[in-house]
Amino acid sequence: MKVLVAVKRVIDYNVKIRVKPDHSDVDLTNVKMAMNPFCEIAVEEAVRLKEAGTATEVVAVTVGPKAAQEQLRTALALGADRAIHVQTDERVESLGAAKVLAKVVEEEQPDLVILGKQAIDSDNNQTGQMLAALTGRAQGTFASELKVEDGKLTVTREIDGGLQTLSLALPAVVTTDLRLNEPRYAKLPDIMKAKKKPLDTKTPEELGVEIAGKLKLVGVEPPAERQGGVKVGSVDELVDKLKNEAKVIS
Amino acid sequence: MSILVLAEHHDGQLAEATAHVVAAGRAIGGDIDVLVAGENVGAVAEATAGLEGVARVRVADHAVYAHQLAEPLGELLVALADDYTHVLAAASTTGKNVMPRLAALKDVSQISEIIAVESADTFKRPIYAGNAIATVQSEDALKVITVRATAFDAVSTGASADVEAVDTVVDNALSSFVGEELAQSDRPELGAAKVVISGGRGMGNGENFKLLDGIADKLGAAIGASRAAVDAGFVPNDMQVGQTGKIVAPELYIAVGISGAIQHLAGMKDSKVIVAINKDEEAPIFQVADYGLVADLFEALPELEQKL
Repeated sequence: MKVLVAVKRVIDYNVKIRVKPDHSDVDLTNVKMAMNPFCEIAVEEAVRLKEAGTATEVVAVTVGPKAAQEQLRTALALGADRAIHVQTDERVESLGAAKVLAKVVEEEQPDLVILGKQAIDSDNNQTGQMLAALTGRAQGTFASELKVEDGKLTVTREIDGGLQTLSLALPAVVTTDLRLNEPRYAKLPDIMKAKKKPLDTKTPEELGVEIAGKLKLVGVEPPAERQGGVKVGSVDELVDKLKNEAKVIS
Repeated sequence: MSILVLAEHHDGQLAEATAHVVAAGRAIGGDIDVLVAGENVGAVAEATAGLEGVARVRVADHAVYAHQLAEPLGELLVALADDYTHVLAAASTTGKNVMPRLAALKDVSQISEIIAVESADTFKRPIYAGNAIATVQSEDALKVITVRATAFDAVSTGASADVEAVDTVVDNALSSFVGEELAQSDRPELGAAKVVISGGRGMGNGENFKLLDGIADKLGAAIGASRAAVDAGFVPNDMQVGQTGKIVAPELYIAVGISGAIQHLAGMKDSKVIVAINKDEEAPIFQVADYGLVADLFEALPELEQKL
């Protein structure tokens, strides 16, 4: 079974973001970048499927600027066999990314595509679902457990209020939730080896995909600051304040 | 303008979120239809017809729509979308699951989790875990939108819209439902509760979450948790409040043993009143709390339960 895993280069999740002074966007100059955390979980799951003998090949793919090769090298260090970089400097929305990925799926014919459920920059939570729709595949979003058996994929999903289990026809698309696995760290020898693994570069034009979308970013502002309140000295004082000042309990 | 809202429902009951999404539809303006899709959803359709501002309830009642699986539900929405300028759903796990399929099949962008309507084509939405608010404008003919329910006040009930059947039936050979494990609780749902009490890593273990039970009982509160508590295995993920979990905005939010990581704050900072109980007086949670109590939670919680 061939597994395609998509990764995205995003701001490191530990970095406190700043809005540009002209409010045109978030300021990403000289900011530490990393692989999106949900994508790390996706890579880990693909590698585990290979280690379990279920997957025969793991191909990592990204859509983004030249620097996004770093994240592909990370995926290779974590255990992916080869990588595909669809290089563009344009701002890529979910639909554009899904169209590029659909083209890669058409060329590569993977049995399973694994993506993170959302990227922590745009927080869209769309690309996996869009890819599934564009390729006419079943989807298992927000997955916390995957099992491949008898040519079917059983996916347990994190839904509001609990868990849902679905049986999907293969080929399928899966997006990862937090509890699917705990990603490993890349070891130094693997990082060195990853430099020699094949990494293929293409452009959206070469794939014949138009990525420009019709969603315009008008502006970005910092959120309204919430003012801290007072410290209370005791539980009695707290209960009194909630009853008589905030009036939220009776 | 004409708007289609996808109704959110579980176990034969209309979910509260739908009334909030209809409110977002009213902010856009125009006729609002609501689609109720599922199996044996007559009661849901009836409840939906009572929502203020709804022109028409369209009901697709068929076994293929049971459990609202993404593939058939997406196709149904595609079949209906041509009659509308906007299709809205709650940014719930159901809405997030199906709406991008509709958008992709209609070749339009989706606008995720809006928190404000600026005009019929311009919306505000949080990005970077709520650390920035983007204003986006859609030039697509069809706007596919998910709505953060807590950002819009629910419409009232008491109306009586027309209810019409939708005959569209699609095939689904891609996915089938196997089972569901829903947390059994007499408590209100996290997203809809007026009071929420959450525990963090400071709770120490899952057993200690029982300390929150008595207080939750007295306040009619839902119980939540920080991602740190979920990652540590104290409690299941469906209790998680934060950017990667549930977004809540109750009247009263009580954070216990929660340091206040950005990702947690993104999920609760729109609460009306925030109380923090933490023994570390430097914890960032105190910067957003209206009332902070620096105390050992193992002493403070029993005392609080007793004094409520």
